[in-house]
Amino acid sequence: MKLELRGVTKRFGDFTANDAIDLVVEPGTVHALLGENGAGKSTLMNVLFGLYDADEGEILVDGKPAGFKGPGDAMAAGIGMVHQHFMLVHPFTVAENVMLGHEEVRGPAKMLDLAGARKRVNEISDRFGFHIDPDAVVEDLSVGAQQRVEIIKALSQRAEILILDEPTAVLTPQETDELLAIVKQLRDSGTAVVLITHKLREVQAVADTITVIRRGKVVGTAEPTASQEELASLMVGRDVSMTVDKPEAKPGEVMLDVKSLTVLDELGNPQLRGVSFDVRAGEILAIAGVQGNGQTELTEAILGVVPTTAGSVTLDGVTLTGKKIKHTLMSGIGFVPEDRTEDGLVAGFSIANNLILDVYDQAPYSKGGVLKPSVVRSEAEKHVEQFDVRTTGVDALASSLSGGNQQKVVLARELSRPLKLLIASQPTRGLDVGSIEFVHKRIVQERDNGAAVIIVSSELDEVVALADRIAVMYHGKIVDIVPPDTDRDTLGLMMAGAHEEDAA
Amino acid sequence: MSAVVEASQGTAPEPSPEDAPVTAAKRWRTPIILGVVALVSLIVFGLGSKAGETTSFSISRASDFFTVDTFTLPTRTTAIVASLLALALAAYSAWAVSQSRKTGWWLPVVFGIAVMFALLAWAGGGRGATDIQITGLLTGAVVLSVPLVFGSLSGVVCERSGIINIAIEGQLLAGAFLAAVVGSATGNPYIGLIAAPVAGALVGMLLALFTVKYWVNQIVVGVVLNVLVIGVTSFLFGTLLRDNANLNQNLGMADLPIPLLSKIPIIGPVLFDHNLLVYLMYAAVGVLSVMLFKSRWGLRVRAVGEHPTAADTVGIKVNRTRVRNTILGGALAGLGGAFFTVASGLAFGKEMTAGTGFIALAAMILGRWRPSGALAASVMFGFAIALKDQLGIIGSPIPSQLLAMLPYIVTIFAVAGLVGHARPPAAEGIPYKK
Repeated sequence: MKLELRGVTKRFGDFTANDAIDLVVEPGTVHALLGENGAGKSTLMNVLFGLYDADEGEILVDGKPAGFKGPGDAMAAGIGMVHQHFMLVHPFTVAENVMLGHEEVRGPAKMLDLAGARKRVNEISDRFGFHIDPDAVVEDLSVGAQQRVEIIKALSQRAEILILDEPTAVLTPQETDELLAIVKQLRDSGTAVVLITHKLREVQAVADTITVIRRGKVVGTAEPTASQEELASLMVGRDVSMTVDKPEAKPGEVMLDVKSLTVLDELGNPQLRGVSFDVRAGEILAIAGVQGNGQTELTEAILGVVPTTAGSVTLDGVTLTGKKIKHTLMSGIGFVPEDRTEDGLVAGFSIANNLILDVYDQAPYSKGGVLKPSVVRSEAEKHVEQFDVRTTGVDALASSLSGGNQQKVVLARELSRPLKLLIASQPTRGLDVGSIEFVHKRIVQERDNGAAVIIVSSELDEVVALADRIAVMYHGKIVDIVPPDTDRDTLGLMMAGAHEEDAA
Repeated sequence: MSAVVEASQGTAPEPSPEDAPVTAAKRWRTPIILGVVALVSLIVFGLGSKAGETTSFSISRASDFFTVDTFTLPTRTTAIVASLLALALAAYSAWAVSQSRKTGWWLPVVFGIAVMFALLAWAGGGRGATDIQITGLLTGAVVLSVPLVFGSLSGVVCERSGIINIAIEGQLLAGAFLAAVVGSATGNPYIGLIAAPVAGALVGMLLALFTVKYWVNQIVVGVVLNVLVIGVTSFLFGTLLRDNANLNQNLGMADLPIPLLSKIPIIGPVLFDHNLLVYLMYAAVGVLSVMLFKSRWGLRVRAVGEHPTAADTVGIKVNRTRVRNTILGGALAGLGGAFFTVASGLAFGKEMTAGTGFIALAAMILGRWRPSGALAASVMFGFAIALKDQLGIIGSPIPSQLLAMLPYIVTIFAVAGLVGHARPPAAEGIPYKK
C-alpha cells in the first residue's frame, strides 16, 4: 500500500502546525520523519490517522483520495498507529486491549469471544517473537512490552502502514535495539513503517528514507548515510555542536551524603531500596536509568517532599532528614522538578510571581506580611533578562511561555539562591536545541561555582555529555557508579539491572 | 567530552542492597477497628446486661415447610460469648497482619454477625414475650436495600463510563413521584412502575446534557439536579397533588411468592416472597454483572471510563457512550424510586427519599464499582435500617434519635474502614474534549 500526503496544512488558531506538507510512503520501507519537539510531526500523523481534520490538502491511499473522518476510517484503510502515550486501558488484559473496538462476539447475547482474541494475540506474538501473554494485565507489563502490545493491536487490524510516534522515548537502549529489529522485520514482511523521532542514531540505524520537518514545514530529505551533524543542522536550521563544552571538574569536599535512603509508596511497596551515594562540591553526578526506577522518589526524598522510612541525607555536614522542606530549600538546595508544568510552576501565576514562590515571605519581596509588587517586578525583570526568557513581559502568565522559556524561569528561580546542591530532573525534556544548550551551560556554570549537582535524565546522550560520574538506577537501587566514558552498551545493560562487571 | 573524573572518588553503593531492611508497611487499621468494636461490644452488650435475664429469638413462620420453635438464651452469657468470638476474630486479624497474610472476606462478615448477635441479645434481654424476629430482620434488610441497590447500580453504570452521578437522590425522588402520580391516575401500580424509570432517565438526560455537552463540573450539576428535583416535586406536591388527592393514592403491589422456594424456612421469606420490584432488583444485578464484564457493551463502557482517548482511537464514540449510560443509570435509579411509593403501598410525600441516594453512592464505592459489590454493600446498609426499625419495635434501651443515626454511622465506618484503596475508573469526572 502506498500512502501519499499532498499539501497538508493544519492550523490551530493563528498557529500553523503543518504548512503544505508533501510526503510519500512506499510499501516495504521505513520512512523516518525527523524533527525537533514541536516541529509538527505528531500533528501531521494525527491528521493522517484521522484524529484531526486537515484544513487543506489531501491524503491519497494507493493513488485514491481517502477522506478519513476518524481513526476508525484510517484503521479500515490499513493504517495503524502506536502513539507516544500508549492507548492502552491499564486494568484490561492484553487480549481485551487488542480486541477493543473490533470485538468478536459469540451467541445471541453477544458475549465477548475472549478465546478468539487470545488466539490472535498468540499468533502475532509468536510470528514476531514478542513473548506476550494474552491474559497479562497491561499495567503489570514493562513499557517495552506495552509497546509490543500496541504493535500487536495495530497488526491485528491488518495494518499495512504502521506509524510509530517517538517510540523509543521510554525505552532502555536494549529495548530500543529490540524495537529497531522489529521494525526491520516488519519492513521485510512488506509493511511500511513511519518512524517519528528526533533521535538521529535511530534514524541512521533503520531508515530507508528521511524527511526532515522544521516549524511545520518539510525542509528537506536526506539519505540514511548522512552524518549526525548534517541531520542535526537540517533539523535545527543552523550548525549545532553535539557535545557540551565543559572544563574539567575540580571536585572538592563531599557536599551531599545520602545513606541507605528508603522510600515506600502509598501501598507500602518499596520505591527506593536503601540507596547510598555522595556528591562532592564542584562535580556533576548524573543519574541514569529508565523512568520509574526510583529516580523521582530519590530526588523528592532528598528534598523531603516524600517521607523516608529509613536512611539519612546530609548536606555539608548538616542532617536534612526530617526537616521541613522550607528549611531544606533555604539551607542551599535548588530543585528543578521533572514535570515543570505540574511541580515547577504555577501555570496561572505571572512570571514575576513564579520567580518568588520560594522567597515571597522574605525581604526585599515582602515586609510585615505584605508583598511589595514593585520590588517583585523589578527583580523579575532582572532575572528575565539574565536568563534570556522570551516573553512579552514579567506579568505574562507562566502558561503562555514555551517549554524552553518555562524551564528558564524555573532555573532562574532556583539558581537565584546561593546553592550548595542543585538537583535537576529531566532538565531538557521537550526543549528545543537552543534551550538545551543554554540549560546545559547554566548547569555546568553552577558546578564550576562550587555547587554539587545531581542530574536525573532518561536521555543517555545528556547523561554522558554532562556527567562527571554516572550512577545507574534500576528497581529502586543504584546498580553502580561509573565514570562518564563507560560505553553505551554497558550503561544500557546496567539500566536493565546488570552490574558493571557482568555488563562489560 | 573534556572532563575526566576518577570513578573512585565517591563511596560505592551498599555492597548487597538485597539485605537492606525493606519491609512493606503493615496495615493495622482493620485489626484496630475490629478490636475496638469487639471491646465496646463486650463492655456494653456483654457486661452491660443484667445477669439472669433471657432473650427470645424466633426464626420461622407458620407457613414454612417445617417450623423451628422460638428459642430463649441467657442474655448476658450470649452477649459475652458473641463478643469474645468477635474479639478472637480481631486477634486473628492482627496476627494475620503481623504475618503479612491476607484474610478472606468472611472475617468481617462473621465479625459483623457476632457483634449484631451480641447487640440483639442485649437489646432483647428481659423483654419477656417480645421476641427478636430474625427472619423479619433479614427480610427487612432485603426489602429496604431495594432503592439502595438500584441507586448504586445507577452509579456503577454512570461512573464506569466516566460520569459521576451525584444526582442519584434526585433520580430516586423523581421516580417515586412519577410512579405515584401515574399509578394513581391509571389506578394501576404496575403502570406507575413503568413510569418511574422515565422520570429518572429525564434527570439523567439533564445530567448528560450539562456534563457531556457543556463540560460543567459533574459534581456541581449533580448537586444542582438534586435540589431541582426536590424543588419541583415539593412544589407539585403542594399544589397539584394537594388539589387532586386522586393523583396521589396509597397503591400497593401484591407479593408474588415463588412456589416451593418461598416455603423454605428463613431463606424463603427473606428472598422469595416479595413484590415484582424486588425480583427486578435481582435481575438487574445479575444482568449488569454479566453485561459489564463479559459483553462487548461492557468492555467498551469500561474502556471509555478508564481511557477515553484510547477508546476513541479504536473508533468507539466516547461521548455517545457516556450519554447513553447516564440516561440508563438515571432510569435504573428512577425505577428504584418506585420503591418509596407504589412498591411500598404509600402515597408520595415531600422529600421522602431522605438521603437514600447518598447512601447508595457510598454503597457503590464500598462495592468497588461492581454490581455484585453494590448489592452486598446495599444489603448491609439495608440491614442497618432494618435493625433500627426492629430495635424501635422491641423498645430497646437506646434512644430513638441515636437509633436513627445507625445507618449513617455504619456508612461512615464502612467507607472509612473497609474501602481502603478502592480505585475508581481513571477518567471519572473528566469531560472528554477532542
